[in-house]
Amino acid sequence: MTLAELPRTELLARLRAQVAVKEARIRQTPFPVHPDLAALLPDGGLKPGSAYSLTGAGALLLALLAEPSREGYWCGVVGMPDFGAEAAAHAGVDLDRLALVPDPAEQWLATTAALLEALPIVAVRPSGRVSEGEAAKLMSRLRDREAVLLVDGPWPRAEAQLAVGRLSWSGVGAGFGYLTSREVTVTVSSRRSPLRRSVRLVLPTPEGRLTAAATVVETPTTLRAVG
Amino acid sequence: MLWFPGWPVTAWALSEGADAARPVAVVSANRIVACSPLASAEGVATGQRRREAQSRCPNLLVLPADEARDNREFAQVVECIERLAPGVQVIRPGACALRARGLSGYVGSEAEAAEVLLEAVVVALGPTTGRVGVADGMFTALQAAYVAAPVHIVPPGSAAAFLAPLPVSRLGDESLTTLLPRLGVHTLGDFAALDAGAVRDRFGQQGLRLHTQASGLDPSLVQPRVPPPELTRQLDFEPPLTLVDQVAFTSRAMVEEFIAGLTAAGLACTELRIELTGELDELVARTWLTPAVFEPAAVVDRIRWQLQAAAGDQLGSGIVSLRLEPVAVDALVNHVPGLFGSGTDERVHHVLSRVQAMLGHEGVLTPRIGGGRWLAERQVMVPWGDRPVLVTPADRPWPGRVPDPQPAVVFAAPHPVQLMDADGSPVLLDERGQLSGEPGTLGVGEERLKVAGWAGPWAIEERAWDPVRHRSASRFQVIDDAGTAWLLVLQAGRWWAEARYD
Repeated sequence: MTLAELPRTELLARLRAQVAVKEARIRQTPFPVHPDLAALLPDGGLKPGSAYSLTGAGALLLALLAEPSREGYWCGVVGMPDFGAEAAAHAGVDLDRLALVPDPAEQWLATTAALLEALPIVAVRPSGRVSEGEAAKLMSRLRDREAVLLVDGPWPRAEAQLAVGRLSWSGVGAGFGYLTSREVTVTVSSRRSPLRRSVRLVLPTPEGRLTAAATVVETPTTLRAVG
Repeated sequence: MLWFPGWPVTAWALSEGADAARPVAVVSANRIVACSPLASAEGVATGQRRREAQSRCPNLLVLPADEARDNREFAQVVECIERLAPGVQVIRPGACALRARGLSGYVGSEAEAAEVLLEAVVVALGPTTGRVGVADGMFTALQAAYVAAPVHIVPPGSAAAFLAPLPVSRLGDESLTTLLPRLGVHTLGDFAALDAGAVRDRFGQQGLRLHTQASGLDPSLVQPRVPPPELTRQLDFEPPLTLVDQVAFTSRAMVEEFIAGLTAAGLACTELRIELTGELDELVARTWLTPAVFEPAAVVDRIRWQLQAAAGDQLGSGIVSLRLEPVAVDALVNHVPGLFGSGTDERVHHVLSRVQAMLGHEGVLTPRIGGGRWLAERQVMVPWGDRPVLVTPADRPWPGRVPDPQPAVVFAAPHPVQLMDADGSPVLLDERGQLSGEPGTLGVGEERLKVAGWAGPWAIEERAWDPVRHRSASRFQVIDDAGTAWLLVLQAGRWWAEARYD
């Protein structure tokens, strides 16, 4: 008996079972992030198989890499020749499980795709604009390997955008002191949630880490028509 | 047992191509360890002081001992003997043992076998003074070889009788040979006559072993040497190759053969030395490491990288030869992939090696934190697979290093910037560390940023004792009105951005 000859209800049940099996194969637990950032992200972490677009990377990128790296995941950083390794180590990134490809030039796409084969977390700064097609190719690789892509810059199909704003440094005046810590507002806008969510964080602290400065502030945005 | 008296002298003559037919002596720690027949005819003997030997034979040529040379030259002798009879055991440079049964059965008798061996060595290496002793045990055979005649055969069963009149000093154990004569035991026969139990009680296991040897009941057998497999490969190019791709392509077959040779020996290469010789006799050598095992493609990649790195600079001509030498090998069983996949790290290594093959050796880096005052020199970038070399240790106080928190963006090479005061004239520092004006504007490229806050200067004086590497500069932290903080360096009147707190 072929599938088409089955009664409708039974066919539906079988197809549902197949879908369930496929879904079960996709990793559902997200990669961990700092608890103060987790509240902002749609899944409470970095969802496997998705890309995140960061604006004003630097310390925020290091903070995002730190938690998975601490759990033993490998991280890759592509196209960032000015990556501050010492700041990364202070933020909590394990340098033993960190691979840098500082200058892949126009091969950044191939390099990122190759790294995604084995590294679960890859950060990339694309050289030049990213086309829809390139992004789609990389996204299918991402979903296949259940990895996470952190992009420094805009990305066409990002799961969420994280932006750092309203920076204020403390410790330095006009000619005295030295930089001790910085307060920032991290704003997350995601595809799935209409609300932008922001949090006031200390990033970096004097030790180079991330802590909360205040509770989550939900800034209501003007509603727009959808559908 | 084959013994070559005065081997260090012979080895010297062979390696230098010199004539041993003159008084020559080899000296170690001011004592003669070997001398040529002419020197011993003049009264030079082993164990003498150098001064004494020179006084007996004024035209004596004195050489320092060189164990490496002795071993190297003796390897030729061993090879030469191995061609006739397998299973040679090297006792020390100058003496080796093999089972007499095989060769003597083939040639006819033990005496003839000994002649054949000596003749082969003389034919291969020129006149040497070899002696052969044949006996039941190794110890007895060595003693037989010390007898002046070129070949001395101790018949089976008569080892004890042969050894009995020899002095106890032949045992070669210093503590025993000085003690035994004082106890009235002068010959090996006397020693062998002692009760074995008493010898063990007084001299322990070592004494008991020597007692068995003196009784002619030497239990040690010949342990044949296993010739080391030839793993190094060399490939000569005729005519010389000038293109990197040509060399890589031509060497592929040889590389595969090299790896296959290692695999056949049950070995996995983890450290590899590649030597490339140019037409003008330039030698480009480098040792490569891998966290896993070298595969043929990886070796070809490394040949390519080494050529690319050396081209133009160290190499100005075509390549005439390529040599591969395994520096470190490991048993292959330690590197066989596991039954249930080989873990994440193995996959990571594969992928990183592939990216490295795509972008070059320096394409994939792993960072290490070293010491130093400058941010860029503190983060040491190690190419994937290489052993990290930290020139400056991180766990020292480095006065003048940037206080925490560390900047997230460190420019590999500092960017030139301008710092201007409110009037637009550049801010400079006088000899007393006073700024010429309040910083007002920071110019990065074409951009003009307003300075919202600043701190400094922090002076850095490095290597004041070294006129070449001396560096004197001042650091500043500057915050622009967008809230970005910069780490600036003022050196010799010019401003640089060392890092950015992003």
